[in-house]
Amino acid sequence: MAQIQANAAIPSRKDHKSVKPMIIIRNWLLRIVLIIQALAVVYPLLWNVLASFKTNAEVMESPWSLPQSLHWDNYVRAFTSAKIGDYMLNSVMVVILSMVMLILMAVPTAYVLGRMRFRGQKLISNIYMAGLFIGAVYIIVPLFILMNDFHMLDNRFWLSAVYATGTLSFSVYLLTGFMKSIPPDFEEAAMIDGCGYFSTLFRIIMPMVRPGIITMVVFSFFDFWNEYVLAMTLVTSDAKKTIPIGLSNLMQVQQFATDWGSLFAGLVIVLIPTVIIYVLLQKKLTEGMMLGGVKG
Amino acid sequence: MAACLIPGLVMFILFKLYPAMQVFYRSFFLWTGIGDKPKFIGLKNFVDMFHDDVFLLALRNTGFLIIIVPIFTLLIALVNASILTRTKLKEKGLYRTLFFFPSILSFVVIAILWSFIYHPTIGFLNSGMELLGLGDYAMAWLGDSRTVLWALAVTLIWQAAGYYMVIYMAGIDSISPDLYEAASIDGATSFKQFIHITIPMLWEIIRITIIFSINGVLTISFVIVTIMTAGGPDRHSEVVMTYLYQQAFTNSNFGYAMAIGVFVFAFSVILSLISNKLTERGSN
Repeated sequence: MAQIQANAAIPSRKDHKSVKPMIIIRNWLLRIVLIIQALAVVYPLLWNVLASFKTNAEVMESPWSLPQSLHWDNYVRAFTSAKIGDYMLNSVMVVILSMVMLILMAVPTAYVLGRMRFRGQKLISNIYMAGLFIGAVYIIVPLFILMNDFHMLDNRFWLSAVYATGTLSFSVYLLTGFMKSIPPDFEEAAMIDGCGYFSTLFRIIMPMVRPGIITMVVFSFFDFWNEYVLAMTLVTSDAKKTIPIGLSNLMQVQQFATDWGSLFAGLVIVLIPTVIIYVLLQKKLTEGMMLGGVKG
Repeated sequence: MAACLIPGLVMFILFKLYPAMQVFYRSFFLWTGIGDKPKFIGLKNFVDMFHDDVFLLALRNTGFLIIIVPIFTLLIALVNASILTRTKLKEKGLYRTLFFFPSILSFVVIAILWSFIYHPTIGFLNSGMELLGLGDYAMAWLGDSRTVLWALAVTLIWQAAGYYMVIYMAGIDSISPDLYEAASIDGATSFKQFIHITIPMLWEIIRITIIFSINGVLTISFVIVTIMTAGGPDRHSEVVMTYLYQQAFTNSNFGYAMAIGVFVFAFSVILSLISNKLTERGSN
């Protein structure tokens, strides 16, 4: 097969030589289209970074100019008066808690659903699948009432529990696929060696589905870090709010007391972890999309 | 075994399944506020919906976004995916990285950024237009009922196009190169190859992404509208999800809000089915 393709490629490459200038022109036209789009993606972010170093007067003056000097005090104010640091800490707490809960729920569930045969298995798989279609805004009212009845509102632990449950459907769906692809011999060998269910799961299976778990963690990280609707509804006291809520409050305040600098500084602070994780795990993320099909 | 399943199932039933069932059940009740005792009123909430001018306007605005945004998002995604996979540009990895980036940004960050892009005085859309000599057309994009939905649509497209592009790129990579090779030997132009090879071969993926995109618009429009316009000016950018939220948490009309939820859910399912039917193979 490869042989045939290689053979076919040789004459066609020769043909291309005669039309090469046309291809170069075409490539440059396409490149211009792509560069314009790339600018449309990058410029708003770049502008945001620039504006975070400007004074209010400079922001008002022109969106194209560079800041005259680096106004770090925007960042200082973002932490002192806008309390970005506190919101950030809440977000970090909620993300870690949610992630632990998600892993503790999703991995064993996917293990059982992917590798064992029992009555009701199909039903449970289908129930989790149905969860893919239940978005947060649809169920926000009964969820709010339920959590109010159980005194779970305004509590970072229960917010995390709701987050973990929110991505459970997708995670189970993703991991079950990985679990199914492991040959059963591995477990049999482990069982013979006297490993129980749990030690088999943790010592044999978990390392083998690591790519799946990483994909799940990466996707869930962005979901947890960025979540807005639930955090806005289920957390009421300012001291427990997560960063998306903190930012949107800051945005509301800016309309009356103009301090754009610290708002933009706040946005940059939120962007930093996202950018770092994206740069480090970009490959995993886009590969994961191909493994797990389409994210919900 | 049970120990493996129970933690997940308990949480799932508590925070997902039970509330979802409640939404359907309580949509038949008049229920105003937490202290209030729900009263069964049959289909009255659903009947009221169609006499509620604000709801109808919100439904129309949502309909606009649900049609416009997926069409442009998926078209841009397809064209970009095809350019990046079919041409041998050296820096294609860079474009892919950049274009995908907005889809992992927080919706809140996107909404705030775009509020400033459209800002009438400090926004760079207006000032950019002035630089290009189009200053006469500068306007308050989010403050004008004629432009507000388009402005929101652009934001939603900006957010999602890269995400679908990556999905399509994976799809195109799995198409056999022999097909393109044969087509170019027969003298088919890139455009013809796009129409006659790429689109038909990706058709099943495109069908799924249409449905995902419709649902994405429903979800994301909530955050974008809440932060960028709060439904204004004069409800011209109100969408069903923001209206639902407002009925529930500002007006305490729990029953009515849940009825809206049921309606929107049914609406999105029906829309997905229609889209599936329309795009079915064999008819063309």
